[in-house]
Formats: sequence, C-alpha cells, structure tokens
Amino acid sequence: MITFEGVTKRYPDGTVALDDVSLECPTGRITVFVGTSGGGKTTALRTINRMVEPTGGRVLIDGRDVLERKSSELRRGIGYVIQHAGLFPHRTIEDNIATVPYLLRWNRKKARDTAHELMERVGLEPGMAKRYPFQLSGGQQQRVGVARALAADPPIMLMDEPFSAVDPVVRHELQEEFLRLQAELHKTIVFVTHDIDEAIKLGDRIAVFRTGGRLVQVASPEDILARPADDFVAGFIGHDRGIRRLSFIPATDAPLTERSVLAADAPVADARAAGDEWTLVIDADRRPLGWASAEVLPASGTVGDARLAPIGHTFDIEGDSVRAALDAAILSPSGRAVGVDGAGRLVGVADQADLSATITAAVAAEAAEAEAVSAGAAAGAAADGADPKDAGSGDRPAAGADGGGG
Amino acid sequence: MEIDWGWIGEHVPDLTDRGVIHLRLSLLPVVFGLVISLPLGVLCRRFGWLYPPTLTIANVLYAIPSLALYMVFIQYTGVNASTVMIPLTLYSLSVLVPNVVDGLGSVPDPVRQAATAMGFGTLRRLVQVELPIAVPVVIAGVRVASVSSISLVSVGQLIGQGGLGYDIIRGFQLDFPTQILAGSLLIIVLALVVDAILVLVQRLLTPWARARGRTA
Amino acid sequence: MNDLWNQIELVSEWLSASAQWHGDDGIPHRLLQHLHYSGLSLLFAALIGLAFGLLVGHTGRGGFLVASLANIARAVPTIGLILLVVTVAGLGVTPVLVALTALAIPPILVNTFEGIRGVDADAKDAAQGMGMTGWGVLWRVEAPMALPLILLGLRTAAIQIVATATIAAYPGLGGLGRYIVDGLARNDYELVIGGTVVVVVLAVVVQLVFALLRRLVVSRGLLGSSRPS
Repeated sequence: MITFEGVTKRYPDGTVALDDVSLECPTGRITVFVGTSGGGKTTALRTINRMVEPTGGRVLIDGRDVLERKSSELRRGIGYVIQHAGLFPHRTIEDNIATVPYLLRWNRKKARDTAHELMERVGLEPGMAKRYPFQLSGGQQQRVGVARALAADPPIMLMDEPFSAVDPVVRHELQEEFLRLQAELHKTIVFVTHDIDEAIKLGDRIAVFRTGGRLVQVASPEDILARPADDFVAGFIGHDRGIRRLSFIPATDAPLTERSVLAADAPVADARAAGDEWTLVIDADRRPLGWASAEVLPASGTVGDARLAPIGHTFDIEGDSVRAALDAAILSPSGRAVGVDGAGRLVGVADQADLSATITAAVAAEAAEAEAVSAGAAAGAAADGADPKDAGSGDRPAAGADGGGG
Repeated sequence: MEIDWGWIGEHVPDLTDRGVIHLRLSLLPVVFGLVISLPLGVLCRRFGWLYPPTLTIANVLYAIPSLALYMVFIQYTGVNASTVMIPLTLYSLSVLVPNVVDGLGSVPDPVRQAATAMGFGTLRRLVQVELPIAVPVVIAGVRVASVSSISLVSVGQLIGQGGLGYDIIRGFQLDFPTQILAGSLLIIVLALVVDAILVLVQRLLTPWARARGRTA
Repeated sequence: MNDLWNQIELVSEWLSASAQWHGDDGIPHRLLQHLHYSGLSLLFAALIGLAFGLLVGHTGRGGFLVASLANIARAVPTIGLILLVVTVAGLGVTPVLVALTALAIPPILVNTFEGIRGVDADAKDAAQGMGMTGWGVLWRVEAPMALPLILLGLRTAAIQIVATATIAAYPGLGGLGRYIVDGLARNDYELVIGGTVVVVVLAVVVQLVFALLRRLVVSRGLLGSSRPS
C-alpha cells in the first residue's frame, strides 16, 4: 500500500505542483492518476520513488516513509515505465531488460535468463534479445520498457503515460496485454495518463487531479462516471459519460430471446409464419450465419438458401458489457444484437428496446444504492476514497469491454 | 612544375621518420586535449554557468595564430616538442569541449530519467549511461581535432619542430617544389588515414549508433 | 611573475616607440596589409562558398561530395599550400590570395550546406504549402534559419585567414607576420613578442566582430534555442 499523507510540493519560485494530497494506492491494484496537464499527476507519481521530494507531508510505502530509505535502493525496488520507454540506446534488448538485476549484482546468467523469460512474457520474439533499441518499433520498445521495469520483480510499478506515444491500434494491444499481465502478477501499480478512456479501462481506482496540484476525487471508475465530485470532474470525463457508464453494466443483465431465430435447414414457411421482418439464421452448432430479410426469402426451400446479410459484430454475454450489446444492436441490420457464449454459439437476441429497459433498471438500482451509502456514511469521505465498492472491483468488466471495436 | 620522382624514391626512409615524428607531435596533443575536455565537459554540463566562459576562452585561444602562440611558449619552454604540443592541445579544446558537452546533451531526457528511476547514482549514470551514449559525438570531435592538428603541426617547423613541415620549409628554401609537394601530400594522407581509423574505431565502439549514420 | 612583468614592459615600450606608428614597417601599414590580404580572400571565399553551399543545401544533391571535399581540405597544411603556390608561381599578392581563398572556402561551404540542410522540414513544407517558389523558400525561410551556422562558417574562415596571413610573411610578403618572421631571423625578441601581441589583439577583435554581427543579423527567434558558440 502506498499512502500519501498531506503531500505538498512547492517550488522555490512559488508554484505549487502538489497541494495537500492525501490518498491510498491499495496493494495489488491499479491506481490511475488522471487530470489536465500541470495538474501534478506526474509530480505525485515521482514522489513515490523520490524523483521528487515533497516539501510537506509524507509518502509511505507499507507504512514506511520513502525518505527514510536510500534513494537508489528504494528505486531498484520500484519498476518505472515512461512515455518514450527511455531505453538505453547503447545496450541490447536483453541487457536493457537486465539493467536492474545487474545493478543488484545478480550473476550474469541469471540476469539474462530473467530477461529472456520476461521477453516472452511481454510478447517479444526471443530473436530480438541481441538487437538494439533503434531496430524496434515504438510498440516493441514500450514492451521492452515494461519488461525492464519488471526485471527485478518489484512489488510496485510506476507508469507515466507509458502508452501515450504509440498509435491507437498498438495502444489498444498494449493495454490488453497490460491487464492480462496484471491479472497474473498483481503488482501495486500507479499509472499516470491524461486520457480518461484509458483511466476508465485500466484503473481499479481513479484519482482525478486538477490544475494547481489538487486532488479532486478518488473513486472507482463506475463511481467517477456515475457521481463526478464537481463540475471539473464532470467536464473532464466528458459529456458522453452516460454512454461510458454502460461499460460497467454486464451484458448478462440483458434480456435475451429466441424470437425469429431459425436453423438454416428450416423451411421458408416457418420464417413467414413468424411474421418478422428479419430472421436470424444459425447453423447446426447454433453459430449465427446471418440475417435473412423477409424480402429476400426464396419462394420455397430453406431459410439457408436466402442471401444473408452479415451479422456485423456479436457480443459475448460473459465478458462484454451492455455498451457492447447496444453497439452491436445499433450496427446490426435488424436493429437486434446477437449474444453468443465464449465458443461463439448463440445464446439469444436482444433488441434496442430490451437493452434500454435494462439500462434504466440498472441506473435506478445504482442510484438507490448510492443514496443508501450517503445516508449511512456521515459526510466528507467521498473525495478521500472510502469507496464501498472498492473491495469488489473484481466485478469490473473484463478487458475488451468496448466490444469488437479493436 | 616538374616532379622529381628520383628524389622521392631516395628519401622514403627520411620521409617515413619525419612522418612518425609528425604523428607523435600532432596526435599526443589531441589525447591530452581529450583528457582535459572530458572532465571539463562534464563540469560544464553539470554547472551550466561554466560553459559560456569556458567556450569563449577556448574560442579566443583558437583564434590566436599558431605562429604567434608558438612564440609565446618559446619564452617558457624553450624550443622543443612541447613548444608545439602545448598550443596544439589548447587548440583541440575549442573542438573537443563543445563536443563533449553536446555529446552528453545528446542523451535523451527519458533515458536519463529512466536510469535515475532504476536506481543509478550520479557517477554510475555518467559512466555507464551518459558517456557511452556521448561517444559518437565525442569521436566526431576527435576526428576534426586530429585532422586539424596534423595539418597545423607543419607551421611548427618555423621554430624547428614540424615533422613533415621540414620538407615544406626545406623545399621552399631550396626552391624545390617536389619536396614541398611530397611533404604536403604525405600530411594530407596521414590525416585521412587517421580519420579513417577513427571512423572504424567508432563503428566498433558503437554498433548501436549505426542507424543514425544511415538516417543522418 | 618577474618574467611576465619584463615582457609586458618590453611590449609596451615597443608599442609606444614612435617608429612603430609610421612608415612602411609601422603597425598601421602592416595592419592594413594584413587586412587587405585577409579581407579580399574572405570576400572571394564567401562568394564561392555561399553560392555552392546554398545550391547544394537547397537541392540536397552533392552533399556527400561537399563533406568529403571539406574533410580533405581540412587536412591540407596551410603553410605547404602557400609555399608551394609561391614557389611555383613566384612571390606576389595574387598567389597568396589564391591560397588563402582556397583554405577559407571549405568552412563556409560546409556550414552553409549543413545550415540549409538542417532547416526544419516542416518549415520548408509549410512555406511551399503557402505557395512560395523555390527561390522564395531559399531566401525567406532556409537562408535566415541557416544564418547562425553560416555566420559560424564565416567566422571560422575569417579566423583561419587572419592566422594564416601571418605565415604569408615567411615567403616575403607584408602583413603583421613580418614582425614575427623578421624578429625570428634577427633574433630580435622584442620584435617577435610585439608582433605576436598585435596579431592576438586582431584575432580577438575578429571574434568580437562576429559575435556582434550574430546579435545584429540573426533573428532573435533563432538565438533563443541555439547554444552560444
């Protein structure tokens, strides 16, 4: 656990980079610092490994003031990843990754073996070990940066806009893998970004910083979206925060029906009998094949003979959110979303009206819960992050909540 | 202008001897210059206020004609090799100090930050990270300093210390262009060979920097 | 220390003697000769070096040739070139001017070329995008942005010329080098050190002139980012 106790950083010229910041970054979780530039989020991050020393207050790691420890030793126990990776251009990839093990005087073989293991772990070809950073793409360099930070297996990782300098497709990939890695490693991570989407996607908890180094809200992503502490936070998360909230309502809540679903070998007459404009055609394994419009149904034979319109994308009822389901419905020719299981087999179909009813119910339930909480808790704790749902943030939607977008 | 090939053929051993002396006279100052420039450059980088005055002094020294500087040093050293080598060392500073400073400045900020964050102390960071990354820029400076020094040494012959400069002066005194030409061309060849060797050294020392050469 | 004081005394005596300020061997005359050789050579070298530097830098063709040429030129021993020219062509101002000009072209050429080539591609792109012609880009964008480096090249060339012009006294021409060469030949130490002081002062003045020029000519928008040199 990393604890900020009234941390202030005031520079000799009078500018205040951090203004009385207090928060906790729980062990094994991802805490995201987000905010406008000049908001002090990077400064806050750097007080943890003493790259910046506060002028007031304390930063504690597991109860111990970081200033009590020798800075170089402290830093060797904290992984650090930055925007442009900061790889050493004069060292090979494996030696870059083994930097901290070398500093800790591991023997060379053990350090290199660790480096090779980590390369595999972050998805780098073993053949890259002897290459130099300039021979790698930006995304690959960033992977090396992550591997290097993990090399001595530090319990804490500090990440300062690590994915900001790569293109959106690569960023998406890196984010996914980052979440996958974290699911295995359970590091205590502090992650700085200016991108609210990234914060919502990656964070177990989000701390919003505002110009002047003030911390305005600490809460789970759901809570930030549902109940921004003030206008600044509301403005920062944007006007489409309503839509974003749908990412936190699991798709399992959506009502699914089997209305107008027919196997490919069903006679055309069955489709006409149902009287729907669109019929979903599935194969013998219940895999969706496509939509058949009433207009293209042949006069006789099976529905499978019709020229089918493509499904677009489906949603996974286990992993995806209502947001993905709604997106699938909007893009579908029939206006209905096709829900499948992990193996791609049809579970059911939901139309936009059904989904909308689910959303209304979920939001109402959440509001009722919030009211109960605020009635129970006396006052003031909101910004300080005594978040009742925090312990259960495992029910955060799994990676890929955005559906098939990528 | 007639070239007397016979003279050249007869004097290969003499020319070789003077070529060796020439290299020693011109390259030792570059080595001394580097020994001075490295700590000086590190200091200038660390204490920024030090750099402008250091650079100004080095530039003013460079602007002083070599003949004049040799004269100044004769008063202190008498006429010997150091009369020529001390001024050449001073000249080399005007190239080497800025290149050491720029070389250290060429270390990308994220790299320096990453090193600090991984627990490198100041000295270790300098030796293991910053200086190695500065090598290409420093060697570029060493190349310029070496070539200039090799060509400049010949003026030292006016006070009797010039390596192959001997052939230039002697050829002039005897009105014998062949000897002037032989001395001058040998000096050019020596300079280019030394330059090529330094390029090779840089390739070997910095395999990681090859991409820059390609894009630059 | 005593030694140094003696020297200073010697020099000031030499400088204050009225003979140094009149006639063919006086300082004003020698200085004018020196400036005459140096100024003309610098002018020729600048005309040639700038023209080719701008051309090569702007078109981007021939860069490798320029770099290799400059490398070889830097290796040419100045005294060898001057004495060879004088030996072959006879003593005179013209051969010395040719040699000095040849020595001064490379630094001007290379710095101009590097300066133009180093101009931010985005700035050139924007200039073209706004409808500037090739000449427009060269005069309004590339040349002003390359000016700090071009001035640096001119300064290096000027310093080399002023220094090398001293050597022109050896084969028998005038200029400030006369004092040093004659003093050496006659074992007249006073003359040598007096001449040296004048040459050093001139070298420092040249430095100052270029520092001033840089302030006056280069856009302040460019000076901010470049380090003092």
